[in-house]
Amino acid sequence: MGAGNLPHQGPALYSVSWLDTAAAWLLALLWILPLVYAVWTAFHPAEFSTRFDLAAPWTLENFRHAWQAAPFARYFLNTTLLVGMILAAQLVLSTLAAYAFARYEFRGKNVAFALVLVQLMIMPDILLVENYQTMAKLGLVDSLLAIGLPYFASAFAIFLLRQTFLGIPKELDEAARVEGASALQTLWRVYVPLAKPVYTAFALVSVSFHWNNFLWPLIITNSVESRPLTVGLQVFSSVEQGVEWSTITAATLMTSAPLLLAFLLFQRQFVQSFMRAGIK
Amino acid sequence: MHRKTFIQTLAVAGAVATIGMSGQALAQAQVEVPFYYPVAVGGAIAKTIDGFAADFMKAHPGIKVTPIYAGTYQETIVKALTAHKSGKPPATSVLLSTDMFTLIDEDAIAPIDQFVKTADDQAWLKSFYPAFMANSQTGGKTWGVPFQRSTVVMYYNKDLFKQAGLDPNRAPQTWKELSEAAQKLTRKDASGKVTQYGIQIPSTGFGYWMLQTLTTPNGVLLANDTGTKVTLDNPKVIEALDYWVNLARSGVHPSGVVEWGTTPKDFIEQKAAIIVTTTGNLTNLKANAKFDFGVGQIAGNVRKGSPTGGGNFYIFKKSTPAQQQAAFEFIKWVTQPERAAQWSMDTGYVAVSPAAYDTPVLKKYGQDFPQALVARDQLPVSVAEFSTHDNQRVTKLLNDAVQAALNGSKTSAQALKDAQREADRLLRSYQ
Amino acid sequence: MAAGSNIAPRAAVSQHALHAWLLLLPALALLVAFTHWPALATLIDSFFSTPRGSRPGHWVGLENYQAMVEDPVFWQAVRNNLWFAGATIPLSMGLALAMALWVNERMHGRAFLRMAYFTPTVLPMIAVANIWLFFYTPQYGLLEQITGAFGLPSHNWLGDPATALACITLVAIWKEAGFFMIFYLAALQTLNPSLKEAAAIEGASRWYYFRRVQWPLLMPTTLFVLVNAVVNAFRLVDHVFILTRGGPDNATSLLLYHLYEVGFKFWDAGYAAAITVVLVVVLASVALLQFFVLDKRVHYK
Repeated sequence: MGAGNLPHQGPALYSVSWLDTAAAWLLALLWILPLVYAVWTAFHPAEFSTRFDLAAPWTLENFRHAWQAAPFARYFLNTTLLVGMILAAQLVLSTLAAYAFARYEFRGKNVAFALVLVQLMIMPDILLVENYQTMAKLGLVDSLLAIGLPYFASAFAIFLLRQTFLGIPKELDEAARVEGASALQTLWRVYVPLAKPVYTAFALVSVSFHWNNFLWPLIITNSVESRPLTVGLQVFSSVEQGVEWSTITAATLMTSAPLLLAFLLFQRQFVQSFMRAGIK
Repeated sequence: MHRKTFIQTLAVAGAVATIGMSGQALAQAQVEVPFYYPVAVGGAIAKTIDGFAADFMKAHPGIKVTPIYAGTYQETIVKALTAHKSGKPPATSVLLSTDMFTLIDEDAIAPIDQFVKTADDQAWLKSFYPAFMANSQTGGKTWGVPFQRSTVVMYYNKDLFKQAGLDPNRAPQTWKELSEAAQKLTRKDASGKVTQYGIQIPSTGFGYWMLQTLTTPNGVLLANDTGTKVTLDNPKVIEALDYWVNLARSGVHPSGVVEWGTTPKDFIEQKAAIIVTTTGNLTNLKANAKFDFGVGQIAGNVRKGSPTGGGNFYIFKKSTPAQQQAAFEFIKWVTQPERAAQWSMDTGYVAVSPAAYDTPVLKKYGQDFPQALVARDQLPVSVAEFSTHDNQRVTKLLNDAVQAALNGSKTSAQALKDAQREADRLLRSYQ
Repeated sequence: MAAGSNIAPRAAVSQHALHAWLLLLPALALLVAFTHWPALATLIDSFFSTPRGSRPGHWVGLENYQAMVEDPVFWQAVRNNLWFAGATIPLSMGLALAMALWVNERMHGRAFLRMAYFTPTVLPMIAVANIWLFFYTPQYGLLEQITGAFGLPSHNWLGDPATALACITLVAIWKEAGFFMIFYLAALQTLNPSLKEAAAIEGASRWYYFRRVQWPLLMPTTLFVLVNAVVNAFRLVDHVFILTRGGPDNATSLLLYHLYEVGFKFWDAGYAAAITVVLVVVLASVALLQFFVLDKRVHYK
């Protein structure tokens, strides 16, 4: 058996059985099947969307067709702006709030924290009827701001950051104070840098959530100017005249490409930042 | 030299400013007409709409028409009402003709009559096929203007008909003929699995509409024309639904609930020899079917007949008077015979006025491709589409009943009785 | 804290508290505006009738709730959602754990496995639902082609109330498992490697190692993933829009989808509020349970 200083994944310990490998691979192939189908159908003409003839010709026509059929460029822009705006707001607001919870004592602190935790379970999506009316009163219906506003305060982020801030030793705090830093400056110089892995992990979760968010944006947007990709895709693929898979999969690939590529390139960092964030 | 350049520069600047300002003034004087439309995947159709908007704007420089593509009919009505409730509706939208009562109840639309002032306008309003006006008028007023209207037709695969020994130029005319043809057209493979169904009638999305293609030939109407009463548990309705259920039981029709969206594809893939669906699919099938196909009127029983379908233009009340007037101009323009003819050719919908069929282009199209005329020829025997107050809800009841009967969880009689009871409860406050 | 401050202690505390509240204000204000206030407003709305056109709503007490209780579609949605939750929560968590364990090992093509498992997360549900529609399409869909190759009978997966919900559930599990895997993977990789060595030296079996060492240490992650899984069980309805639209005959109607239909297709605001209240109560109860467990965990740290 193993002895002495073994590397992190000592190969002599618990070698992987062939059964495990087979099962893992089978599951992986099953899991990736939809994507494979999407790639097949998007790059082949419509007749081959249901027929898997390996000799079929390749074509980019579907992409061209999809790109022209709906203003995907605009949808991309909207989604990028939306996701960026939400993330920025979430980071700022939750940092401030988490700092308050972690480093201040005040009456009503527990009540306030309980209120925050409520949002972990009761997401704005559930309350869409009422939130829609709020937006109508504010005159914000059909704007990117309306899509993002209910999500700016993220209970998840506050929770994570509070956890992290609590773990930062108070000596660092006092050291900064001795140098004459105000509370906010301490926050910026000491706490924020130390919480970077948490920020990264949270950013990844937030981006992928809001990139994919559908129901609330569906309700609150009407026009192309504020429509994000998900709503645009649904409008695009809802067909009175029948489903056309080659065009839909082309559109799907186009709209998922950024996230997919980002993940493929940054897989490692992604997992590592989760590790260091200590989301356990 | 300096003074000359200076004055010249001033002059140019002045000219530019004036042009700029007048352009600005023009832009400010432009009335915005956003309009939601529910048509499918782009390509020809979105291009046609955009083309219409562009041509209209050339002819009417003070109006800016913005077509906004909103998804299916169901999604478009949601978007339109959402916009209306938040105070900023589109100036106009193409919505299902059956949404009329709902829109009136929500106080969302303005009657078309208030815009009809000149004799020309009146002639225009009278120029549409009467069958299409059935779902567009109530209480003595006109609320919608027909635009993309349809009837239901049977598409049949001529090659498969020949193979089965049937006359490829004659669609089944009666229920009896239909059942027999379907038997001959159903093919099974060696293991007994069906590879080709004789007939396929979809039951998601518009189950109630498909049911009407069976109840109308059976001589019964499902709703009254004020939308306050429905007749679902009538024995003739039950009989019609049973006919459908039995088609599935006898194996010539797929069992269970059949998806609307994949039915045209099923036809193209030759998995179904006859499909029953909207004439709006015609252009799509023409482009994609690799075989010869025919279009037939709905098979009759005690009479022939089909429900009408499709969308009307509505004008929204909460938009400004200028917008409403501009929208009216656009609606008038786009339903003129030439445009109606082009729209019909691009989509397969029925052109909304007899005059459209007299235009040279559509005449020739009809001669080259007679299948396009079948839906129109059905108009004399067509009835209104099922429509009531609280339409979405009542329609859902009927859809659910159809689905329950088709997947066997309820008998036709039970399903329709339950639907009748619920519908009566919902419509009570409107009577 | 404020060393060397010459403000009176009481004033210092209240200035302190003021700072804290100021820091909290933006986040708390938004939370109240879009979570707490709407929840309350919905509760109030549920006691009023639906405004129609120009007629405002009026007080009807528990009438909306009564209509809800008598509505078979509502109960169908509740049943469906319970089945849906009952299947997605354990299955997606279990699969996520298995995936994480596999990817954590030295296996051939680890990077490919990780990518394959995580890909569903980056694809918007709306987009993939159409692909799954093809998989489930009878007669020439992918499942059909596979079962046909094995000589199994044809089946209308989405059109049969007996199988439609299972199909929806499968799509949801497929979407979620990879996302949860990341949490488990991160947790596994922070486990002390010497634990594994110790277990190996003592001759413990792999299963024993998992059951007695890894699993207890993964408890915090499991709890965290559980919270997410429960929320998602009520949130994930996007695919219903494309695959079945709640059919056939309400066999795949989930609570949030039913809420959307009632609120935005039927425009029945009063009834929609009642359904929302039910959803909120269900989630809040789970939240309370979790809070007490999470609370202990926080104290652990």
